[in-house]
Amino acid sequence: MTATDTHRAIEAVWRIESAKLIAGLARIVRDVGLAEDLAQDALVAALEQWPEAGIPDNPGAWLMAAAKNRAIDFLRRSKRLNRKHKELRHELEARQETAVADNDTAIDDEVGDNLLRLMFTACHPVLSSEARVVLTLRLLGGLTTDEIARAYLVPEPTVAQRIVRAKRTLAEERVPFEVPRGSELAARLSSVLEVVYLVFNEGYAATAGDDWMRPGLCEDALRLGRILAELAPKEPEVHGLVALMEIQASRSGARVGPSGAPILLLDQDRARWDQLLIRRGLAALRRAEELGGAEGPYALQAAIAACHARARTPAETNWKRIAALYKTLAELAPSPVVELNRAVAVAMADGPAAGLKLVDPLTSEPLLKAYHLLPSVRGDFLFKLGRLDEARAEFERAASLTRNGRERTLLLQRAASCNQSKP
Amino acid sequence: MRFMMLMIPKGYESAKPGTTPDAKTVAAMMKYNESLQKAGVLLALDGLHPPSMGARVSFPGGKPKVTDGPFPEAKEVLGGYWMIQVKSKEEAIEWARRCPGSGNEVIEIRQVQEMSDFPPDVQKAAAGFSEMQTKSGRSKK
Repeated sequence: MTATDTHRAIEAVWRIESAKLIAGLARIVRDVGLAEDLAQDALVAALEQWPEAGIPDNPGAWLMAAAKNRAIDFLRRSKRLNRKHKELRHELEARQETAVADNDTAIDDEVGDNLLRLMFTACHPVLSSEARVVLTLRLLGGLTTDEIARAYLVPEPTVAQRIVRAKRTLAEERVPFEVPRGSELAARLSSVLEVVYLVFNEGYAATAGDDWMRPGLCEDALRLGRILAELAPKEPEVHGLVALMEIQASRSGARVGPSGAPILLLDQDRARWDQLLIRRGLAALRRAEELGGAEGPYALQAAIAACHARARTPAETNWKRIAALYKTLAELAPSPVVELNRAVAVAMADGPAAGLKLVDPLTSEPLLKAYHLLPSVRGDFLFKLGRLDEARAEFERAASLTRNGRERTLLLQRAASCNQSKP
Repeated sequence: MRFMMLMIPKGYESAKPGTTPDAKTVAAMMKYNESLQKAGVLLALDGLHPPSMGARVSFPGGKPKVTDGPFPEAKEVLGGYWMIQVKSKEEAIEWARRCPGSGNEVIEIRQVQEMSDFPPDVQKAAAGFSEMQTKSGRSKK
């Protein structure tokens, strides 16, 4: 193996082991920032020793032992050797002596618990949304600062700074390294899921020509979601989110045309939808439903995505079901955009007049004032109802609101078609 | 990137119909499969019945010819596979290294071809390929 080969192999080991390593260390030293530093020290040691000695049979254990040694050194050297540090050092040294068998289920559970603690800590509400994303990708995703920077199109020093500040905030706010319990759990879990979905959407929004790290974010998010589903298998919304991501990801091969232009769902070549991911998504959705979580917001969105996924052609889409799901979603998490999507589904199921009834009240909604899809949808309904002058006005309005050149062209074409259809 | 880890168990080429691995081996494999699942990298896996229960179709002179298993000339046959989602070949290799294999097993790692790997004309010809995958998956609800 050449030096570069070994280097890449070590990177691969790091991607597999780093989250567990940091989580295990954080449990011991009770400081996520210190845990990450110790883990990095262990990585440095690995990069120094493994090219010669070869990759150890149990790389995770090697890294943990190396990190713990450094922890003991650190605590020994620590100038303010207060009682807490002394205790920690003794605890560490004691742990070094007890060799525990690898295939112990208790060890597995502990590793899982620590990972969960790390996830909740990285997504703690005391941190800004940006900080949570960056810390999660770094500590749990195993991404380097450079990789995160490329994925989010920001300079590397900016990312490095965000990570430093985030760790400092966690230390200053004395955020405990634990899994929230009782009434706190739901909100905190929601925060974790939100971070994962934010990462996914960032990747989903990436366009052809972007650094490949960007669409790679979808895979990172999916992996984090799947890990979470194993760590918290009884939480229906976790499965709901995974279902949503799997099904959305299934369409990534069909979403972009040869010239790089985006293709709307109903126009996509369904032969390019990844059936493996759809199958996985439907299975995850079933798990959410079996856990009684059919009406969670992620599960509902996943169920809508599933309706599309099950339809072999656009004509076979169960629009009535989609409309009903949007209705439930609107009651649960009301938003003008959800209402707009519901109107589209209702129109597909019951005709444009029914859709228009739902869309008309939205025209006075301040949040949708500059949202080009509202006049675009309204224009479509009016066109189908034969109210061509009104339709043209709406399409022109939509064209003026969109910043996407190709979309503007399409909307202006629709406006023009209103003239041609005149008898 | 997707990779297949193809399990090649020595001796499987002559395994009798209905051969199954022993409980201890299965337990060790289940633990390994779990570790892939817990790491969020496992996409799919399956075990395959031995060649003695299978068949081969060859095309001498362009005409199909069916031969029932076992296949005496086959020195290596597949026992099963995992499909995983990872960021590099090295990561796939590292996962394969962790499989509880014995002196009897070899795992071959092969990257899965994705549509974007192909040039446009091949993509066009392959359009509808996923459709075929659809049909096989449709029976599962």
